[in-house]
Amino acid sequence: MSETIETDVVIVGAGPAGLFAVFELGLLDIRAHLIDILPRAGGQCSELYPEKPIYDIPGLPVVTGLGLTDDLLKQIEPFHPTFHFNEMVETLESKGTAEKPSFIVGTDAGKTFKTKVVIVAAGGGSFQPKKPPIAGIEAFEQKSVFYAVRRVEDFRGKDVVIVGGGDSALDWTLNLQPVAKSLTLVHRRDAFRAAPHSVKAMQDLVAAGKISFKLGQVTDVKGADGELASAMLKGNDGSETQLPCERLMPFFGLTMKLGPVANWGLNLHENLIPVDTEKFETNHPGIFAIGDINTYPGKLKLILCGFHEGALAAQRAHRYVYPERKLLFQYTTSSTNLQKKLGVS
Amino acid sequence: MVKTSLDDQRTRYGAEPGGGAPTKAKITFIDSRGQARTVEAEIGSTVMETARRNDIPEIAAECGGACACATCHVYVDPAWVEKTGARSPMEEDMLDFAFDVQPNSRLCCQITVKAELDGLVVRTPAQQG
Repeated sequence: MSETIETDVVIVGAGPAGLFAVFELGLLDIRAHLIDILPRAGGQCSELYPEKPIYDIPGLPVVTGLGLTDDLLKQIEPFHPTFHFNEMVETLESKGTAEKPSFIVGTDAGKTFKTKVVIVAAGGGSFQPKKPPIAGIEAFEQKSVFYAVRRVEDFRGKDVVIVGGGDSALDWTLNLQPVAKSLTLVHRRDAFRAAPHSVKAMQDLVAAGKISFKLGQVTDVKGADGELASAMLKGNDGSETQLPCERLMPFFGLTMKLGPVANWGLNLHENLIPVDTEKFETNHPGIFAIGDINTYPGKLKLILCGFHEGALAAQRAHRYVYPERKLLFQYTTSSTNLQKKLGVS
Repeated sequence: MVKTSLDDQRTRYGAEPGGGAPTKAKITFIDSRGQARTVEAEIGSTVMETARRNDIPEIAAECGGACACATCHVYVDPAWVEKTGARSPMEEDMLDFAFDVQPNSRLCCQITVKAELDGLVVRTPAQQG
């Protein structure tokens, strides 16, 4: 067990709302740690629509999901936030009082945080791989059905079937082909979203007879004790064929599950966290919820609303973090104090 | 899931239907067990928004209508395929993330309700995400 990390604020989720909250907190001298299940910052912006243009960010006529994430990361750089990626917050325990909140936050990677304030900016919840509707697939997961490659050795000398047409499916087709006994790529159509050079490399392998490509979908799996033996391929023409399959990798993207947030004792309304609109605090003092995960009368799931919510939550968080200090409202345009914090003075 | 939010989004961002023209269309959602639910849809809204506003099951719509998640997958009744139109290239790409995609598969956030869709029938899959 690692030691406890002490901080002012733990932000659950490193999407746009969580990232901008770092800025608003930073101006008030409040330090933050961000925890996200994804391997990078940006949340839905980088995971669901990195290349899609967004047109409703104030002051930015057009920006991509990735562009906005990069800009936000640059904007919060002066405040040195600490990121904990590939980790999911599992437990949230209240140790303080309503006037002086204190929390112990635990992640699935075994990290523990002691913090005065928690800001839940978890969007639609945690991203998890989509599992295809194949009866009994759970019994094979992590033994012979994988949604990500952890160890290439698990695939050596095996009959591998990969389903999908994006970069993950194509990258792993190319990377596992040299170690697999056989490799079959299954996709619903003869067009791929993956990078053109990967598609070309895959097609070359097919032409050379080193892998096979099948149009269709996997509808059933057979095996015993977690070890797969074969997969049923339903072709687009309606035909059904048994494929030799000891390792199956379905790539259908990610889905959002509320996950452990439901167990933190917060009021929930249809999987959203009700907050007030003065400080965006939950029913539990010291725990705030901003961005897509909160709800209140008139709520709009817009990034710009998440920014506003973070700014107001930060004001209240200041009272918990520095109960003895009076908060003086200042503008970044005129306050040399704020400009110093931003490193521009 | 977010009934109130969607209502607000519609009134704030959606176009108000013009006077005189029909403002409603009926849409029937048939779930994976065969239960049919017929609801009224606002002309100009999307089939996905209509589903969410009426608590139709088996429509997750995680991304809220940005054509970015494939969790509002429906099968359009063959009689309505032509009237609902063709998939856009973006929608076609997103359908890679749906399960059991058929020639009549659509992401219903990409179907805008029009007067000529009055009576539309769509089926929902058992699993979206």
